[in-house]
Amino acid sequence: MTSVNGMGPAVKVEDLTVAYGERPVLWDVDMEVPAGVLMAVVGPNGAGKTSLIKAITGLIRPVAGSVAIFGKPYAEQRRLVGYVPQRNSVDWDFPTTVQDVVMMGRYGGLGWFRRPGAAERALAMEALEQVGIAEFKGRQISQLSGGQQQRLFLARAIVQDAGIYLMDEPFQGVDATTERAIVTLLKEMRARGKTVVVVHHDLQTVPEYFDWVTLLNVRCIASGPVEQVFTDRNLRLAYGGRVSYLTHHSPGETLTGGEGGG
Amino acid sequence: MEFLGDLFGNYTLRTVGLGAAFLGIVNGVLGSFAVLRRQSLLGDAISHAALPGIALAFLLTGSKATIVLLLGAAAAGWVGTLLVMNIVKNTRVKYDSALGLVLSVFFGFGLVLLTYIQRMPVASQAGLDTFLFGQAATLLARDVATIGILGLAVLLIVLAVWKEFKLLCFDPDFARSLGFPIRWLDVLLITLLVTSIVIGLQTVGVVLMSAMVVAPAAAARQWTDRLGAMVAISAFFGALAGVGGALVSSLTARLPAGPTIVLCLTAIVLVSLLAAPNRGVVWKWARERVNRNLLQTEAVLADLYVLAMRHEDLGHGHPISVLRTMSIGHGGVDRSLEVLRERGLVRVTADGTWSLTPRGLSEAGRLSGTREEGP
Repeated sequence: MTSVNGMGPAVKVEDLTVAYGERPVLWDVDMEVPAGVLMAVVGPNGAGKTSLIKAITGLIRPVAGSVAIFGKPYAEQRRLVGYVPQRNSVDWDFPTTVQDVVMMGRYGGLGWFRRPGAAERALAMEALEQVGIAEFKGRQISQLSGGQQQRLFLARAIVQDAGIYLMDEPFQGVDATTERAIVTLLKEMRARGKTVVVVHHDLQTVPEYFDWVTLLNVRCIASGPVEQVFTDRNLRLAYGGRVSYLTHHSPGETLTGGEGGG
Repeated sequence: MEFLGDLFGNYTLRTVGLGAAFLGIVNGVLGSFAVLRRQSLLGDAISHAALPGIALAFLLTGSKATIVLLLGAAAAGWVGTLLVMNIVKNTRVKYDSALGLVLSVFFGFGLVLLTYIQRMPVASQAGLDTFLFGQAATLLARDVATIGILGLAVLLIVLAVWKEFKLLCFDPDFARSLGFPIRWLDVLLITLLVTSIVIGLQTVGVVLMSAMVVAPAAAARQWTDRLGAMVAISAFFGALAGVGGALVSSLTARLPAGPTIVLCLTAIVLVSLLAAPNRGVVWKWARERVNRNLLQTEAVLADLYVLAMRHEDLGHGHPISVLRTMSIGHGGVDRSLEVLRERGLVRVTADGTWSLTPRGLSEAGRLSGTREEGP
């Protein structure tokens, strides 16, 4: 089940423990992400969702445990992994343009000293068209709306052409239109054989958007196909009984905000 | 003799100007990255921390050769930076407090050493105190050569790792996920910053050197939204202020170059903050004013339209006092009417009242149509 093409799971996390100072934020986490799934990572605030993503991408060093990407350490498989940070992790007033930021996705492939050229620009334009913000290519990035900034980060990930994508809250602060566009994009990526792991906040939309889910609360509560794992019992374990709305939740109903700008 | 004196004077000025231009360019370029990496205050700590290095280098070697003093300054600047980093990493002291701590402790120690050196009975110590506030006139041709060579090396390295530095400043986490060694890039950036600061110390002085790092970059950011342009403009501003300040200082007896350069920088920053397109204060104010005037004019046109609709004769004139009463909340009736008359949308009737022209009527109808959709 976890092996799709003989290479083993896309991501395999074993005994992962991460701590900031004395306080553990992830405790003995074991989980697998099979290749080709669209997985949500959900859990209450402070559950370690961002830390899990950062530990998998090598941005924070775990106290214990290991991460394997298609059976090998992350350092050897870096090219296969694309990381999409939280939108508010960068200074949007930075003096650079939309197209320029997308091309940053190619910097890893270019390696040291080489400058991006026509090929990179063409790839960037393609990705911008895919996420629907090609018309803003020359704009300074602070002139984009929150949703457009999120699309920009996705475009940068697309030009990386990775096999596995780890995204930290791509739906944060975007309007309903953008959320639908992003979901469509993520499903397209899955259709092309990519593996996508998304830190997600809205429990209501998990069954609609994703096929796999990991419930996290410092420990890994459960991880697997949505229909098997996304149960009232597991949710109560992860959230401590604060999920009463799930019992009267109707499919298709979302908690996302109204329609704003573009 | 007079001719000879002139030539000598020009030669000195040329040397001083060239040196100041070099270090202005180098600090303008490095300062851009330091400001964007949010390390502008680090420059202040580095330059102040350099003072004991200069004094120690002199005490240990007895030499006042530029390269010896610069090496001492660079070493001390580096140690200061390392201390800041380690204090932040290993204690609960925050970054800004650590900077303040290192800056004042190193600078105080440097002043003590300087005082000690000045009381030494040898004559060779004279002039070391110019490192406090800078003395452009003391720049010799070989100092300028040192500045030029080190500066060129710094600029070439920046050019080589341009895209890596850009990514480091914009999104370091993403850069690390791509496999770039962020720690070493940071070390490289700081090393280059230390170098560019150190080559300016003789001219600008340790006290005001950080202005040379921060001010050109901050001013340049006002004029552009592109990194390349910002770095180029910052280099230009740095050179401008460096040359201007150094020449004024050289031509005036006992006027240190640090303050004159900072005065030039201040002028550049002020103009940039006020007048730069898009981001400048004046520009923003003017844009708001234009928008407000436009809205006022449309409002007066709409008021006239409402009045016209209530009369069978659409060309009937309306006194300005009525319009003024209607305009409570937006104002600007007189100016708006003048603008509308120039555009041929309203006219003054024989009895001095105002009415819409046929064109004004259709324009107002179009505007009210677009503004009041629905009910």
